[in-house]
Amino acid sequence: MLLLALIPLLPLACFVVLGLFGKKYFSQSAGWLGTLVLATSAILSLYTAFNYFSDSGKDNGVYQAIVPVQLNWLPFTSDLSINLGILLDPISVMMLVVVTVVSLMVHIFSLGYMKGEERFATYYAFLSLFTFSMLGLVLSSNIFQIYIFWELVGVSSFLLIGFYFNKATAVAASKKAFIVTRFADFGFLIGILVLSYYSNTLDFKTLIERLSDPASAQSQAIGAASFLGASALTWALALVFMGGAGKSAMFPLHIWLPDAMEGPTPVSALIHAATMVVAGVYLVARLFPVFSTNESALMLIRYIGIFSAFFAAIIACTQTDIKRVLAYSTMSQIGYMMFALGLIPATDGHAAGFTASMFHLFTHAFFKSLLFLGAGAIIHYIHSNEMRDMGGLRKLMPVTHISFLIACLAIAGIWPFAGFFSKEEILHAAYQSDKPIYFIALITGGITAFYMFRLYFNIFWGHEQKHSHAHGEGPLSMKLPLILLAILSLVAGFIPFSHYVTADGRPVESHLDLLFSIAPLLIAVTGILLAGWLYKKANDKPARLAATLGGLYQSAYKKFYIDEIYLFLTKNILFNLVGRPAAWFDRHIVDGTMNWLASTTGKLSVRIKGLQSGQVQSYALYFFGGIAALGVIFIYLWK
Amino acid sequence: MSSVPLEHILFVSTALFFIGMYGLFTRRNLITMLMSIELILNSVNINFVAFNKYLWPGKLDGIFFTLFIITIAAAEAAVAIAIIINLYRSHHSIDVEDATEMKY
Repeated sequence: MLLLALIPLLPLACFVVLGLFGKKYFSQSAGWLGTLVLATSAILSLYTAFNYFSDSGKDNGVYQAIVPVQLNWLPFTSDLSINLGILLDPISVMMLVVVTVVSLMVHIFSLGYMKGEERFATYYAFLSLFTFSMLGLVLSSNIFQIYIFWELVGVSSFLLIGFYFNKATAVAASKKAFIVTRFADFGFLIGILVLSYYSNTLDFKTLIERLSDPASAQSQAIGAASFLGASALTWALALVFMGGAGKSAMFPLHIWLPDAMEGPTPVSALIHAATMVVAGVYLVARLFPVFSTNESALMLIRYIGIFSAFFAAIIACTQTDIKRVLAYSTMSQIGYMMFALGLIPATDGHAAGFTASMFHLFTHAFFKSLLFLGAGAIIHYIHSNEMRDMGGLRKLMPVTHISFLIACLAIAGIWPFAGFFSKEEILHAAYQSDKPIYFIALITGGITAFYMFRLYFNIFWGHEQKHSHAHGEGPLSMKLPLILLAILSLVAGFIPFSHYVTADGRPVESHLDLLFSIAPLLIAVTGILLAGWLYKKANDKPARLAATLGGLYQSAYKKFYIDEIYLFLTKNILFNLVGRPAAWFDRHIVDGTMNWLASTTGKLSVRIKGLQSGQVQSYALYFFGGIAALGVIFIYLWK
Repeated sequence: MSSVPLEHILFVSTALFFIGMYGLFTRRNLITMLMSIELILNSVNINFVAFNKYLWPGKLDGIFFTLFIITIAAAEAAVAIAIIINLYRSHHSIDVEDATEMKY
C-alpha cells in the first residue's frame, strides 16, 4: 500500500525539489527528472489498475470501494474528524490511469516543445504540482479532502495559464479562470457543508451509504428539510454540481475555458482537455448514488449538460483560433459526459448513462489530448494559432497529420476509433431514457464532425502558405507522444468498459446494436463531407455561407456575447450597486471613524501641549493650585 | 511656658510656609529654590510639634514625624545639590529657565 501512496507523493516531491532547486541545479535536466518521476508514477498506477481489476477489487464478482490508506488528520471531537485517505474504486482507478498516462505524454511532449524556455524548471515544477493535485483529487476518500485538492488543481491551473506572465492576455486569462472557478467552488463548499451537516460524516463511503438509502434517518432528514420550495438534498446536490460545472466549464460558467488557452499548449492538453476539466464529471460520478436518488438534480445536470454540448458545438464552428476551437469542442464533449450522468437510471437499477459517461471520459482524454498536442506541434512549426496562417501541412508534417486525423475521426465517432464506442453508449443510454435529449445529442454529433473536419481541412489541406522551413516537424520527444496517443485512440474503444466500471460495481454486458449505429454514423459522415466540400480547397463558399447566415454567424463568432453579458453584469451592475456603496462605506464610515478619532486626539494634544513648558516652577504652581482647589472643594463645597 | 497660645505658633508656621512658597515661585536660582523648600518643610515641622504639644500632650507621634522629615530633608538636600552640580557642569548655569530640553 506504500506503493499506492507513492503515486501522488512522487510528483509532490518532484515539485518541491524542482521548485526550490530547479533554477540553480536542474535548469537543463528538469524535464528528464520530471518525466522520469512521472513515468514511475504511471507504471505504479498501471500496476494498481491491473491489480484492482483483475484481483484485489473484486468481491463475489462485484467491484468494491476499498480504502487502503486512512490517516486521522484533524480530530476535533469524537463525531467530527477530518481524515486523509486513499479510496480505490473502479472510477478512481480508471482516472488514476488516465491522469498519469496523459500527464506522462505531456511531460514527454514538453521536452521538445518547451526546450530553451527560460523558466523550463519552473514549468516542470508546476506540471508536477498539477499532477500531484489531480491524483490527490482522484484518490480522495472524503469530501473535504477532495475540496482541498480541488482548490489545489485550481491553483496549479492558474499558475500554468499565467505561465507567460509578461503577456497581458495570459495574466487576464489566468485571473479569469481562477475567479470564475473560485466563484463556482463557493457553491461547492456550501454543498459540502449541507451534505455533511445532514449526513454527519465527511467520508464518501459512509455519506453515500447514508444518503442513498431512503430509509435511513439522515436521508429522511435531508429530504424533509426544505428551502425555497426545494429539499435540502436538492439544494446541496445542485450546489455541488455548481462546483463541478465551474471546473468542467459548463454553461454558464464556461467563459474561462477558451481564454485558458493562453497557457502553453501541452498544458492545455493536460489540464484543459483531459484531466482537470473532467474533475466536475468525476465529482458528480463520485456522488452518483446520491444524485440518482434525486430526480430534480439529475434533471438539472441533464439539461445543463446537453445545452452546453450543443451551444459549444455551434460556437466551435465559427472560431478561427485552433486552440479555441478545441476548447469549445472540449466543453461540448464534457457536456456529453454530464448529460449522460444526468440520465435517469433504468428501472432495474443499471445506470447505463454512468458507464457511458465514464467511458467517454476515458476515451476523450486520449483523443482530446492528442488533438491538443497535435495543435501544439503545429503551433510550434507555424508560430501562430490562427487557422488562416495554416494550410497544406499534410506533406510537411506527416506524423502530426496522421495522428490528428485519427483523433478527428475518433471525436467525430467513426468506427473503429475510440470515440465511436463511447459516444454510441451515451446515445444508446439517452435513447432509452430521454428521447428529446437523444435527438439533440445526435445533431450535436454531426456538428462535432463538421467543426473538427473544418479544422482538419483548414490546417492540412487548402492552399499552402509560405513557411520558413527552418526546422522540421519536431524532435522525437514531440512525435512519440502523438504516436502513442494515436494508438490509444485507436484501441481504447475496444476495452469492454462496462465489465469494469458501473455505478454499482456489478459488471454488465453492453451490446452495440448495428442498426442503432447507422444514424449517428450517417450524421457524422455528413458532417465530414460537408466540411470537406467547404474547406478542402480554398474557395469562397465558407465566406458566402457566413454572409447568408448573417446575424447567427456573427453572434456565434462572438460566442453569443456571453462574455459581454458577464462584463455588463459585473462592471455595470455589481460594481455600481454593490461595489461602490461598499467602497464608500469602507472609506467614509469604517476608515472615517478611525481617522476622526486620530485627528481629534492630535488636535487636542496640539492645544494642550503648551502646558508642558519644561519650567519646574510652573509645574509647582499647578501642583499647589491643584492642592488648593482640592482643599476648597473638600472643605467648603463637599458637604 | 503655656502662656504662648497655639494660634501664635500657627501664625508663624503659616507665614514661614508662604514665604517659602513665594521664594519657590519667584526665584530662578536652584539653590534659592532649594532653600525655599527647606522653609516649607520647617513650617510643617513647627505645625507637627505644636499640634503634638497642645492637642495630645501624652503622645509622641508628631515629634517622630518631625524627626523623619528632618532626616528626609537632609537626604533630599544632598540629592538636590548633586543634581544642581551636574546641571551646572552641563549647562554652566543653575538657572531653571536654561534647562528646558524636556519641553514638549
